[in-house]
Amino acid sequence: MSGLLDPEVAERVLVRALAAGGEFAEVFAERRGGLTMSIDESRVESVQAGDEEGAGVRVISDGTAYFAHVDGLDPADLERAAAEAASALRGERREHRPLQATASTPQPIERRPEDVPAERKAALLRDLNERGRGAGGEIAQLTASYAEARRQIAVANSEGLLTADDRTRTRIGVQAVARRGDAVETGAETLGGHRGFELFDGDPGAIAEQAARKALTLLDASPAPSGSMPVVVAGGFGGVLFHEMTGHGLEADHIQKDASVYTGKLGERVARPLLNAYDDGRMPNEWGSDSVDDEGAPTQKTQVIEEGRLTSFLYDRLCAGRDDVASTGNGRRESFRHLPIPRMTNTYIAPGDATPEELIAEVKRGFYAASFAGGQVEPATGDFVFGVSEGYLIEDGRVTRPCRGATLVGNCLDALAAIDALGNDFEMKTGICGKGGQRVPVGTGQGHVRIAAMTVGGTET
Amino acid sequence: MALGAGAGDAEAYAASDTGREVRVHGGRVESLTAATQRGVGVRAWIGKRAGYAYGTDLSAGGLSALAERAVANARVADEDEFAGPPDSGQDSVAAPALSDPSVAEWPADRLVELALAVERSALETDPLVVAVEQAVYADSAERVAIASSRGIAGEYESSSCHAYLQALAEGEGGKETGLGFGLARGPAALDPAAIGREGGERAASMVGAGKPKSHSCPVVLDATVAASFVSLLGSSLVATAVQRGRSPFAASLGEEIGAAALSVHDDGLDPAGFGSSPFDGEGTPRRRTAVIEAGRLLTFLYDTYTARRGEVASTASAGRGGYRSQPSVSPSNLIVAPGALGFEGLLAEAGDGVYVTDVAGLHSGVNPVSGVFSVGAAGRMIRDGALAEPVREFTIAGDLVSTLKGIRAVGAEARWVPFGGSVQTPPLLIGEMAVSGS
Repeated sequence: MSGLLDPEVAERVLVRALAAGGEFAEVFAERRGGLTMSIDESRVESVQAGDEEGAGVRVISDGTAYFAHVDGLDPADLERAAAEAASALRGERREHRPLQATASTPQPIERRPEDVPAERKAALLRDLNERGRGAGGEIAQLTASYAEARRQIAVANSEGLLTADDRTRTRIGVQAVARRGDAVETGAETLGGHRGFELFDGDPGAIAEQAARKALTLLDASPAPSGSMPVVVAGGFGGVLFHEMTGHGLEADHIQKDASVYTGKLGERVARPLLNAYDDGRMPNEWGSDSVDDEGAPTQKTQVIEEGRLTSFLYDRLCAGRDDVASTGNGRRESFRHLPIPRMTNTYIAPGDATPEELIAEVKRGFYAASFAGGQVEPATGDFVFGVSEGYLIEDGRVTRPCRGATLVGNCLDALAAIDALGNDFEMKTGICGKGGQRVPVGTGQGHVRIAAMTVGGTET
Repeated sequence: MALGAGAGDAEAYAASDTGREVRVHGGRVESLTAATQRGVGVRAWIGKRAGYAYGTDLSAGGLSALAERAVANARVADEDEFAGPPDSGQDSVAAPALSDPSVAEWPADRLVELALAVERSALETDPLVVAVEQAVYADSAERVAIASSRGIAGEYESSSCHAYLQALAEGEGGKETGLGFGLARGPAALDPAAIGREGGERAASMVGAGKPKSHSCPVVLDATVAASFVSLLGSSLVATAVQRGRSPFAASLGEEIGAAALSVHDDGLDPAGFGSSPFDGEGTPRRRTAVIEAGRLLTFLYDTYTARRGEVASTASAGRGGYRSQPSVSPSNLIVAPGALGFEGLLAEAGDGVYVTDVAGLHSGVNPVSGVFSVGAAGRMIRDGALAEPVREFTIAGDLVSTLKGIRAVGAEARWVPFGGSVQTPPLLIGEMAVSGS
């Protein structure tokens, strides 16, 4: 194992955790560290490093999770957490199965970011700054950020599982502000992966130019239209649409509480037959990939929609047990300070046959969402909202003038059923998804997607 | 240690925290969490360069490694003529009482009972309420200490707790949700029946909601929604955004940026405010600052760095999200002065319009630099000065500048709202906003 969790210590902790009963106990140990820095006003600043160690111990008894976490990985810290988790239980001691170490294969990292001098990272930020500012005289502000994070985790549980993972994620982001008179617009772009510094081997500076171009384009924008119309969503971060309007509703905790519009719809048709969609935690070096999830279950590729039919929900261990199925490797947690819950990994709609131009050519008057600032869904009602960061009008089958300030709102089931064409392009993008107060890295992806009708909320009067 | 590693100045911020959380569903406990954490964050300055490092290893070796990393990080940063530590010597203030003993005293089974009472209360509110997705109680007791090479030294304790639920109501047209919440310094001061009732009533009142027609009309923002907009305003008034050209109010100091009905204070000492503390995230004594008076913008919010750069005094607005983050400028508690009109009065004044009880997508639907926003919303129609049918799946849009100027009345009943910062505000009546539905 990684040295995080000695098997003998893990055994002692599990014994302690089950001292007063419980069907299941687990110890999760973690060492997390990282470095972030940014550039603003052409100055490298906010250079920040952090190193944390700690553990969380969970005992499940009669469906209730008793959880305690501590900072520190000394055996005494871990045993303290176990005793705390078990303190509310009053049952008979239970035995655990002997631990059997299972090797996992972490995502390959070519160049460990912590081995690259910090000056090299500062130089990368200066390059982003120059490339973005060089994109046009109207770029008034530019900020860029660099982040590397490593999470080494180890999990042992009372069913004999003992496994570990070593995760390294690296990401840069650029936000450009363009100004012309009173008009102020922003453009943002990111590049990230479950990768080391090799992520920047290509032309990372290109994202600075893309962010700047978005901001500059919007200077010529007019207010977005309002009302119901066909919407074409571009690939890549457009996948946040599926993430919000379907992915969250398929997380089994919502389903089991009857707090998802997809409850009871397994096997039913929820979309037109052209639609196939997946959650895949094994995509090589993708942002949302891990070797095992935060309960030690191997990640997997799960088809959630097959030719328009709903084929699977997304499970962690606890929810899987309730439905008598196996975990789909979606039990994730932000850190050792959090309980695992069902979460997406990399979620995407598989590409279709049409070219993006063909999708657009069939729209008389509609809206083209080239990229989103983010989105939000209420799984119980299915209501969702997306902020469009770069949008255009579609007139007579062509993308025409840029629009500012548009938001898309709708209801999951209606919008999913209204997807009527898929482009043959495909791209994955990085996101940070929040749920229940926990933020985890997720990948979103798709090619161009057309929705026959959706409400666009703009400021045009 | 940081000075030994080569820093000219250094500051250490230590925090420890114990907390509990109970989640219940269907009359049963889903999870019971006990949390302890402690750590240190070190800022180091070498001349005009600053660096930061934090960690949980509090052994002598761990702290020394931390100090060395902070210094190493300072070497990577570029020089900034305004960088440097705060000086001590500012008078400390009489600290408000921020701790309630019931946080430590209540045993876990009493907290479980409280969370279950929240759920029961919601279910009893209305026959349309069919379930509670989750009822949650959480608390935290924190100790904070700060010390610097310039002689700043201080420490304090504070406690807080909150309970909330998401109620589900069902009727024709499917499910609706309703949020109820309450916050206090300790569980003894929470009212589980009222929290549950709020969630239940909100969910039940939304049953049968349709889409409103797209039009422009008066809009009443309830206190929770008003608080979201006040938070957004607060983030536009921090000096960092202003000095770096990322605030729509950058050139508006001394000018009228809102209707005369609008007055806003930042008060880091209000005993009821959850952003209160005796000193801010870099040790400057907290204070009460008038930010907007009768619509006029009186000041921005400053920490030491932005105050030095702006040639003004710090407003003690260095916020800190624990030892993991270095200080950054943020409001403490934003307090909107209440007006004269009760809720009925606001509706009567609106005449025909929309009462907005929920907004979604504030993070993605707002351009923080220009203040232009378009967010998802839900609520009730207002017809002839009274609440009418529920509506959802629409957006409200506009820009922050004209929304503030368009405030026609401020309600009389203020409420603390903890989402996205600590805000106390009454409901607000906006004269006209663009509503997009069908």
